[in-house]
Amino acid sequence: MSHHIVEVKDLAFTYPDRTPALQGISFRIHHGESVAIVGANGAGKSTLLLHLNGYLTPTGGQVRIGDYPLTRETLREVRRTVGMVFQDPDDQLFMSTVFDDVAFGPLNLDLPVDEVTARVDKALATVGLSHLKERPPHRLSSGQKRRVAIASVLSMAPDILVMDEPSSGLDPRARRQLIELLRSFHHTKIIATHDLDMVVDLCERTIVMHEGRVKADGPTMAIFGDAELLESCCLEKPLRMQGCPLCNK
Amino acid sequence: MASKIDKVFYDIGRLEILAEQNSPIHRLDPRAKLLVTIFFVLAVVSYGKYAIADLLPFFLYPAIIIGLANLPVGYLLKKLLIVSPFVLFIGIFNPFIDREIMVQFGPLAISGGWVSFASLLLRFSLTVGAALLLIAITSFPAVCGALDKMGAPRILTVQLLMLYRYLFVLVEEGIRMIRAHALRSFSRRRPRYRIYLQLLGNLLLRTIDRAQRIHLAMLSRAFSGEIKTVRQFNFGRSELLFLLLATGALITLRTTHLTDLLGRLLLEISQ
Repeated sequence: MSHHIVEVKDLAFTYPDRTPALQGISFRIHHGESVAIVGANGAGKSTLLLHLNGYLTPTGGQVRIGDYPLTRETLREVRRTVGMVFQDPDDQLFMSTVFDDVAFGPLNLDLPVDEVTARVDKALATVGLSHLKERPPHRLSSGQKRRVAIASVLSMAPDILVMDEPSSGLDPRARRQLIELLRSFHHTKIIATHDLDMVVDLCERTIVMHEGRVKADGPTMAIFGDAELLESCCLEKPLRMQGCPLCNK
Repeated sequence: MASKIDKVFYDIGRLEILAEQNSPIHRLDPRAKLLVTIFFVLAVVSYGKYAIADLLPFFLYPAIIIGLANLPVGYLLKKLLIVSPFVLFIGIFNPFIDREIMVQFGPLAISGGWVSFASLLLRFSLTVGAALLLIAITSFPAVCGALDKMGAPRILTVQLLMLYRYLFVLVEEGIRMIRAHALRSFSRRRPRYRIYLQLLGNLLLRTIDRAQRIHLAMLSRAFSGEIKTVRQFNFGRSELLFLLLATGALITLRTTHLTDLLGRLLLEISQ
């Protein structure tokens, strides 16, 4: 199953105002892996994600999704393969009903109407929101919006899910439900986040970014066990790996 | 100040909830309702500028729809009142320009200007009321969908839909900014105009940023320049019946002088 591989080689990107955002990033993510990308604010996480579906064109290096290098010709195929869930669901849900939103991707792939409806129903059932099909997105709660945003990507049947801060702005229960939902997916997952406890739950591998470079790449528990490394990248251990502040153990 | 905006804003939401009801009128295909509303408006505006008596029977339409669709009259009237200043300003000069006496009730002489002013008000309430009703029984997005299905330019309907969708986001962003200003402006009641300009500029920049992010989200879902939707519309027997009944009634109203007939009938009975 080589086509679910995400490979980034010496990726460099400088914004037009000459801010160097990425300075030679390399990694390889295999089929079915669940990988967290963590790092301080401004470490380049979001910029990196925008390269994975070809929104930004690298100033150096290469991105390969599956068997293709990411180029203008493969853009369409890559965007179908890589499902992007953005940080603010209001940006992602732009149609007037939940149904239309989830159907947007499949319709652009020119699927027949029956297939589109079937996919929408399936995607909404997966995130448990079939009953909100006709709702306008602005009348949903944040948790519901986030799930609809995920459904709108699932309906395109992507092989790789890329998510920017999926747990931000959610209350504890909505966050927990989201984690359970993501855990049930068998896609290759790439999650950029500050929620390190979620990383412990979801990702067996973690890539630490710092000032546009990969500072560390390895098993999640090993990385979070390295206090020095975390400290140098402006991070902290996940709460559950810290001692209990109440009983000092 | 801010709380007033909040209130107006949440009022739009109420119109939306009204449109989600499930009455025989709500269940009709949006196209049928749109067509009837267009015919209704055309019929109302086609009268001469002094028409009053002939317009009155047209109030039957909103009355019947409100009854069938179970809508709150007070709320809709309030909405009408909010828009009414515009038409008041347009019509208020009629009585001064057109002073020719048209009707004489004993000592009370009414000039043509007052008559046309009253006629204007009636027409305003009928047409704007009909549009408001259309939204309350169909919802704004469904009206746009109907327009699209009936051949309106796609770019227009998509713009309208986007406008409606992001109106809520934009207003919320604006409210947050005004709130932030209010919390730090202490005794000063209203923001100075220069600050208003800055708020507006800021809002514009945020809007551009958001537009970029939305475009990005569209691109990531294989957007290629054309917005496609699946909308199952069903123009069946009940729609046809509704359309025929309503247009039939409108044509009858437009071609006969119902108020006149009724009046004469009453006089004959009393004699």
